[in-house]
Amino acid sequence: MRPKVEFLSRETIERILSEAYDLLDDPGVRVHSERALRLLADHGADVDLAAQVAHIPADLAQRAVETAPSSFHLYDGAGQPVVHYGGDDIQFDPGSAAIEILDHGATQSREPVTADCVRFLQLADGLDALDAVATSIVCADVPQEMADWYRLYLVLLYTGKPVVTGAFAVETWSVMKDLLVAVTGSEEALAAQPRAVFDVCPSPPLLWSEITCENLMDCAQYRVPAELVSMPLTGATGPATLLGAVVQHAAECLSGVTIHQLVNPGAPIVWGGSPAAFDMRAGTTPMGAIETMMIDCSYAEVGKHLGLPTHAYLGMSDAKIVDAQCGFESGIGAILAALAGINMISGPGMLDFESCFSLEKLVIDAEIVGMAKRIATGMVERETPLGLEIIRQVGHAGNFLATSHTRHWFREELFIPSPVVDRDFRRGWEAKGSLTTTERAHRRVAEIVAAYEPLNLPDEVVSELEAIAQRVAQSAGLDHLPER
Amino acid sequence: MSDILNQLHTAVVAGETDPARELAEQALRASIAPLTAIDEALNPAMEIVGGKYETGEYFIPDLVMAAEAMKAAMQVFEPALMARQEERQVLGTVVIGTVEGDIHEIGKSLVATMLSAAGFQVHDLGVDVPASRFVEQVRETGANVVGLSALLTTTMLGQEAVVEALQEAGLRDQVKVVIGGAPAGPEWAETIGADGYAENANEAVGVVKQLLGI
Repeated sequence: MRPKVEFLSRETIERILSEAYDLLDDPGVRVHSERALRLLADHGADVDLAAQVAHIPADLAQRAVETAPSSFHLYDGAGQPVVHYGGDDIQFDPGSAAIEILDHGATQSREPVTADCVRFLQLADGLDALDAVATSIVCADVPQEMADWYRLYLVLLYTGKPVVTGAFAVETWSVMKDLLVAVTGSEEALAAQPRAVFDVCPSPPLLWSEITCENLMDCAQYRVPAELVSMPLTGATGPATLLGAVVQHAAECLSGVTIHQLVNPGAPIVWGGSPAAFDMRAGTTPMGAIETMMIDCSYAEVGKHLGLPTHAYLGMSDAKIVDAQCGFESGIGAILAALAGINMISGPGMLDFESCFSLEKLVIDAEIVGMAKRIATGMVERETPLGLEIIRQVGHAGNFLATSHTRHWFREELFIPSPVVDRDFRRGWEAKGSLTTTERAHRRVAEIVAAYEPLNLPDEVVSELEAIAQRVAQSAGLDHLPER
Repeated sequence: MSDILNQLHTAVVAGETDPARELAEQALRASIAPLTAIDEALNPAMEIVGGKYETGEYFIPDLVMAAEAMKAAMQVFEPALMARQEERQVLGTVVIGTVEGDIHEIGKSLVATMLSAAGFQVHDLGVDVPASRFVEQVRETGANVVGLSALLTTTMLGQEAVVEALQEAGLRDQVKVVIGGAPAGPEWAETIGADGYAENANEAVGVVKQLLGI
């Protein structure tokens, strides 16, 4: 039996959706894209072009939910379908778009540069717990205008894992699409075997800004998977009640699915988000708050009820350094997300309200991910009888270590952690230098990065990636790309 | 202090907007001078609210509602002040907004609330505000502080645009420019020639006061 955490009854889910559909009509959704507004109007929405508000009838949104696929795959560089969005399958990728990085031992973060992003990719590539990578590091050594696609450019050069990414502007989406086409071969191949999913973030409450709306429609048009990242902040940009926030999340996502499916019915789209239980003391958006996690798991239940793939930003922390708070917040979030059966769980490596990345945290989180995946597998009936036969066989002598039964099953049953997790006797721990978790993690970062093996990308693919990057960088005022 | 002013004081501390408005009207009907009401009821009330926040008794929503109650009472008093050709003593005049292309409201609004609670006259221009609007508003109000918010790395360039526009309009020396928002920082403030950076709404009040030498 697969263990599961559920927060909502079927009746509550239906009430959430009923209220969300009502909101789509009244007050409607603000859409700052004329292309989207006209599309909605053409399909029966009552659109006020001057006010940029669309009143979307429930049946229009319901039809969109029906045409959206319930599952799809992301493919790796070798063309293998390694990530499955759908059902209760769980996968993890690092948190995204850090504008700061925390060096080992530092208490102050700094702006990351290209070398940091490369090191991150070499590490993420080597961590088996991560099913996908993300464009996690925003490099400060390139102009802001090219910061979004430049991350993806580096990702594609350094790892074959699928990518969770996103564009920061309307124009750069097509640059990112071109980079993906360079590695997949053609637009058709990219649509058939998508390598990346793009986060698109509506602004709470009930607003599609021009950038996100155009990105959403571009994804649909090229059938590149889109991931809705709705983020009500309780009591600040959404209701203070947790279920109220889930209603707002549902309305924002339903409007996104509607616009997306009108552009291209059947294009893949994910019911995701990054809400937060707004902190009423500091005015911050804690990703490690227990209520944040409760909202995440709840909206995922709503998405599953609609038959859509799901995503959440969980498994991260608001701590400023890799400390106890960092560990417990990330651990609780990852475990809950796994038990909620969320398809893509984005968060490992991320600190400080989704703004700061730590390589040491990433390898610690990889251990958490291993445990989360293990708990999601649950208690498995490995054999029949469950234990009767082996217990009788070993008898009162009691040495199970000397049985082939143990040798056969322990690898199946146990998640075997890396040395980042200390399970030694005290003397053994002391003999190895009495290292803290973070110190052990720091060593592991160095080991994995040192063991990194370059991608064997065909020369023409590398040339094509570089040609695109150089061309667009020049138009952003950068004559030479930073050294890698 | 009169009973009405006592009640007005209590209403603002409790963040009760409608009673605050009604009590302000009552005060005028009872021929209490608006400046007296402001000095004896509203300003002390906001001081108490600030203190309660500092000690942890009040949270941001309490603060915001108190500021709303204060605003409601001020809306009653302002026409009366104008009629008497009197002016409320303010610590300074602030023009604040989220820069062009950025639609993030919450952080900017918190800063505006905190500044007005601290005794500043605040003109909140909202979100997605073009540089020219900031310039116009500074010229119109004679503001001495400009607050610029940006939440995205892509829109923070808009903060620089406002500093440049103020320069071109010959208004740069008249104002202290303070920036804020997730991607901004002290280095960015220096890069674009702003006068200060504040990490959060609380800090913003301190930074502005410091820049003005208050």
